[in-house]
Amino acid sequence: MRCTEAQTLIESYVDGELDLVRNLDIERHLGDCPSCTSMHKDALELRSRIREDVPYYRASPDLLRRVRAVTRGAQPETKRSWVPVWAPAWTPAWVGSGAVAALVLLAVITVGFMRRASDSSREQMIAQEIVSDHVRSLMANHLTDVTSTDQHTVKPWFHGKLDFAPPVDDFAPEGFPLIGGRLDYLDGRPVAALVYQRRQHPINLFVWEDQGKYPEKPARQTLQGYNIFFWARSGMTYCAISDLAADEMQTFTDLLQK
Amino acid sequence: MPDQRARFEESVLPHLDAAFNLARWLVQNSSEAQDLVQEAYLRAWKGFAGFRGGDARPWILTIVRNTCYSWLRNHSIRDLAVEFDEGLHTDENSMPNPERVFMQEVNRGVLEQALQALPAEFRESIVLRELEGLSYKEISAIAGVPVGTVMSRLARARARLRDCIVAASG
Repeated sequence: MRCTEAQTLIESYVDGELDLVRNLDIERHLGDCPSCTSMHKDALELRSRIREDVPYYRASPDLLRRVRAVTRGAQPETKRSWVPVWAPAWTPAWVGSGAVAALVLLAVITVGFMRRASDSSREQMIAQEIVSDHVRSLMANHLTDVTSTDQHTVKPWFHGKLDFAPPVDDFAPEGFPLIGGRLDYLDGRPVAALVYQRRQHPINLFVWEDQGKYPEKPARQTLQGYNIFFWARSGMTYCAISDLAADEMQTFTDLLQK
Repeated sequence: MPDQRARFEESVLPHLDAAFNLARWLVQNSSEAQDLVQEAYLRAWKGFAGFRGGDARPWILTIVRNTCYSWLRNHSIRDLAVEFDEGLHTDENSMPNPERVFMQEVNRGVLEQALQALPAEFRESIVLRELEGLSYKEISAIAGVPVGTVMSRLARARARLRDCIVAASG
């Protein structure tokens, strides 16, 4: 792991949000790197200062009394109100109550209705995460882990890092050269990110094992100004994202269908 | 409905402190925060059928958070600067600088004031992460934004807090 990558991950590391592999990588890097170690120490110090010096305001006995009283007046409504349907998928302790229950609840999530309802479905969360991954890859020179226009270099690079082999093609003759590849994370699991370029616009093509949720024909959506295409084929799910115009993205995804 | 009430008191009431702390930090006024927490708990009680079990803390905090933001929209000018440059643009200052000297001696109260001065969404991220110990995923669910946005808000909030500390001890 290089300093540029380590520095982008230090806060997440301190927050305990890194997966095991990156945890080990960053610990190894910190063992060797005084400047990143100093940054790590600063982050730890800030955290403990915040916890010591920032007041935590507790409810007064009067507030407790008032809140207890709310259950005396109204009745809980059996119809939905605007409060969110809570998703046990986000509280792991609950999942053990059975796969069927979890499936029913996932169905409830996809129906359901936080005020910003579009965030609730799993596909929407993945699309949001794709945007974040794409944006993050454009920062701090972290577009590629392996930089090569040769698909015979990029494809084998993933061996041992993923338990599937993403298909890698180069489309330089068609104006979409391969730039390289990188390991990225989506929905808690490692995925391949293949990086292409069209003029000055990077395109991230995420590839992971098929979850059976996406159509064969690429479906387009826009999110935060990016064009995103999802599709699934031959056991793999694909997602292409870029700030390119929709028609050029369509050309790119058409190339991938062959 | 005695069973429902017992279930509510057992699962949601224990998070009253977390609820009040969040409300107090968001609206920055103690009596207003108490009113809003009471209102949030009333909504939670009415909507209790929509609670499927598990950890009630993120659930009640989402309701508290939304109740507070409604109040903020009606009662003060939102800090629109956060909404404008949030999300896609990386701020040079938000990447930690290894050369920066971190002052050991910090006046008590500097951090508190610095947190008060942050825009609401940044304050909320710090409170939920550092005071409540919630995960990025839980914070993203409560705030209704993607995890990437949560991470970006935390990074920028922390950078601003650091700047305040450095400025105060200079």
